Amino acid sequence: MNMQQMILQLQSYWSSRGCVLAQPYDVEKGAGTMNPMTFLRSLGPEPWNVAYVEPSRRPADGRYGENPNRVYQHHQFQVIMKPSPDDIQEVYLGSLKALGINPLEHDIRFVEDNWENPAMGAAGLGWEVWLDGMEVTQFTYFQQVGGLEVDPVSVELTYGLERIASYIQDQENIFDLIWVEGVRYGDIFKQPEYEHSKYSFEVSDPEKLFQWFDHYEEEAQRALNEDLVFPAYDYTLKCSHTFNLLEARGAISVTERTGYLGRVRHLARRCAKTFVQERERLGFPMLKQGGDNS
Amino acid sequence: MTDRDLLLEIGCEEIPARFVEGAAAQLSEKLSAWLKQNRIAFRFARTYATPRRLAIVVQGVAEKQTDMEEEVKGPPRRIAVSEDGGWTKAAEGFARKQGIRVDDLQSKELKGETYIFARKHHAGRPTVDLLREGLPALFESLHFPKTMRWSSRRTRFIRPVRWMVCLFGEETVPVEWAGITASNRTRGHRFLGEETVVTAPDRYVDALRDQWVVADIEERRSAIRKQLSQMEREQGWRIPIDEGLLDEVTHLVEYPTALYGSFDESFLELPAAVLITTMREHQRYFPVEGPDGELLPYFVTVRNGDDTALDQVAKGNEKVLDARLADARFFYDEDLKLPIRKAVEKLDHVVYFEDLGTIGDQMRRIRSLVLQMAYRLGLEAGEVQQVLRAAEIAKFDLSTNMVDEFPELSGVMGEEYARKAGEDPVVARTILEHHYPRFSGDTLPPSTLGALISLADKVDAVVSAFSIGIQPTGSQDPYGLRRRAAGAVQILVEKGWTSISLDDIISIALERLDSDGWLKRPREEVKKELVSFFNMRLKPVLQEEGIRYDLIDAVLASDTSFPRLVLEKAKVLSAQVEQEGFKHVVEGFSRAANLAEKGKQGVQVNPDHFQEQAEQELFNAVHTAAEAFQQGRSRHDARRMYEAISTLAPVIHDFFDRVLVMADDETVRHNRLALLRRIDDLVSGFAAFKKIVFA
Repeated sequence: MNMQQMILQLQSYWSSRGCVLAQPYDVEKGAGTMNPMTFLRSLGPEPWNVAYVEPSRRPADGRYGENPNRVYQHHQFQVIMKPSPDDIQEVYLGSLKALGINPLEHDIRFVEDNWENPAMGAAGLGWEVWLDGMEVTQFTYFQQVGGLEVDPVSVELTYGLERIASYIQDQENIFDLIWVEGVRYGDIFKQPEYEHSKYSFEVSDPEKLFQWFDHYEEEAQRALNEDLVFPAYDYTLKCSHTFNLLEARGAISVTERTGYLGRVRHLARRCAKTFVQERERLGFPMLKQGGDNS
Repeated sequence: MTDRDLLLEIGCEEIPARFVEGAAAQLSEKLSAWLKQNRIAFRFARTYATPRRLAIVVQGVAEKQTDMEEEVKGPPRRIAVSEDGGWTKAAEGFARKQGIRVDDLQSKELKGETYIFARKHHAGRPTVDLLREGLPALFESLHFPKTMRWSSRRTRFIRPVRWMVCLFGEETVPVEWAGITASNRTRGHRFLGEETVVTAPDRYVDALRDQWVVADIEERRSAIRKQLSQMEREQGWRIPIDEGLLDEVTHLVEYPTALYGSFDESFLELPAAVLITTMREHQRYFPVEGPDGELLPYFVTVRNGDDTALDQVAKGNEKVLDARLADARFFYDEDLKLPIRKAVEKLDHVVYFEDLGTIGDQMRRIRSLVLQMAYRLGLEAGEVQQVLRAAEIAKFDLSTNMVDEFPELSGVMGEEYARKAGEDPVVARTILEHHYPRFSGDTLPPSTLGALISLADKVDAVVSAFSIGIQPTGSQDPYGLRRRAAGAVQILVEKGWTSISLDDIISIALERLDSDGWLKRPREEVKKELVSFFNMRLKPVLQEEGIRYDLIDAVLASDTSFPRLVLEKAKVLSAQVEQEGFKHVVEGFSRAANLAEKGKQGVQVNPDHFQEQAEQELFNAVHTAAEAFQQGRSRHDARRMYEAISTLAPVIHDFFDRVLVMADDETVRHNRLALLRRIDDLVSGFAAFKKIVFA
């Protein structure tokens, strides 16, 4: 099964389980959790089920396209179901079957892993799902997002697409993965991997990045003062990505690090609060529809 | 009365392995307590647990609660009965409150006063009803270090609860909790099994076995052991069992099947500790050894399932381990490229503690403490050089990738990398040794150099924390200060150095912190707290040596600046308490001490005021004893110290026989009391004898 088929399988599987199929969000981010479709929508009382592929950028993980497993940008397949369904583990295991993984012929285990993203004020409890010893999915029940206790609780499933694909295709190097017949992963991503790595580690201008961070932060605050949560959140993501670039560049000292993370966290918390407040002002519209996608 | 067996099962999503056993034990304890509290007789309870279930089978549970007679005391009869012999309002109120009729009130005398009593009969209720009503609260009361919520439920539990079974005999008890109603249906193995009906509690284990679940923890654990030893026999291997890992694996599976895989032989070039840690920490694998204890390129994993497609499972695991080991090799190779000097420099950018600077700062403090101790111990120039080098680079491995990935390899990697970098092997070894003892009962650093750095490291950690007001409180000791202080004391006891005291070491450490500007509190105050903190750590060391409690208290109340000497003193006392004359000796000391308290402070003994021969004799004896005591002390010879003061005992008794201490003449009296104080001061330098208990 090539990567494209994998994505199509997962989309069709979760679509049939009532998920909105969303598209990748157009602002840089380190993980699918930071997509507003997850971060903001997991807040408040409204039901919400969504699935999407998220290209996730982690500048410090860039290896110039030379490491077989580590990359600047990898792909997550992200599912959010709120409230978490009672049979979610079985449904999830069904998705592995849809990828051609027969549990009887493998060793599938749920190994404790409590997820936390302090910069986003988010934390949850759950597991890494192991497939023959390999972590293929992060399975998390959110407990807190943006510093707020969530109610109802969302379940988040994050599949590591490259990992599962290298397993299914039995490849050692992700650049050899077949994306679709005739096109390999490396054909698409090798050049950007090299360029982004070189940029992040050698070329980026820390002085500008520091300035941008300040400007993005300012703009996020300004938007929040007008209760414009989505624009504010975009700028929060910009701050976070800029911070990641600074860190990859080695431009942030240990003491400064805590300060910058605190600034991102502060924005994320304000966005979370404002989002709930604005949804309430709108009368929690999806609550009225009775959560028809659940 | 008839009884039935009771089965209770809470079905969960996968409970974290480290909590499974404790959770089951807790359920059992709480249920037993609940049954007792509710007066429901039972024979015994047995727990079962897997990652997906906590269960308990209680045998011989009574059908009904036992009946209970209750007697409630009311007001005195003189208040309850009016003058005309009728019940007063007070009596009526009491009866109403107790739910009985006034005519059923009874009278009884209690300590000369007659009271009215309500006697109530509580008929035992059916156990089934009590279970249904009481179990939800019992489940709620289960306590876990970390709990969660799920869906829209209010319940908090360790992981989401998905089903419950509650059977009283063959009867289903529909307990409702966490949005679930208990039934007689349990779930089997996630992949191999199915939902199944449990017809009776004693069928529970077998019903699950039919569905590929081994419910008994011990049975799973021993099944894994058996499979491993069978593999050992078949393959001619040794598979060392890390008990912690075995526990974890036992709680990760419902139906264990051990299997093995291999990895590329070239990885064996990595240090064994790296391979073992990678396998254990990342993958929960057991490493495999050859007949001579050498690591072989195989691993053993325990699958949650049967033996279907084991080759495929092994192949998957091999692929994962290969990637992990490739990472480890990458870290190792990269780390070897990092010069030690650079690694040390990096520590100047790692915060040790918010208000205590960087690890680099800490390293310099440790180095200066080591230097001063080495000087006092009179180490040879060569050794001083080695220990200073080791102190300078003792923590360089914190800058390496490997230690960043596996913090528990700090020390092991330090030694390995230092050797590869061409450091003196003694220096390299010292880097590892300075971590000892890492936990209570761990080995102590074998070499003097390792002991010195370990001691300096631990003392600095404690002293610096105290300097900014961080101290353990109650059961809270997040920075492991007690453990470190205990390690420092153990090293001092073991080494028995006589040229440097614990007191001095603390002072040197404090002085450096002060001159570096880290000390944020009054020095003398911190010093006092530290001395008593380290003193407290001596207690367990003495207990470990089998010293009696009262003797421990006696020596700890005296001079403790040389922990080894404290131990020696305690041993001398331990031998003495067995001796016939010891009590007599202590009585002499006590008589002197008790009277000395009556004396005036600051009065010096003046032989010119002596009236009796016995005074002069005692004075001379004290003088001789003090000199002998001092000699013993300077040699750290507890036996001689004790012998010196024990010679005083007969002279003291003789003195009391012949001299009336409390003379009318004030000068004479105070002179005698001052003499007794000198004795007490001298004797207290050995131990607080008054704390010794005689049967």
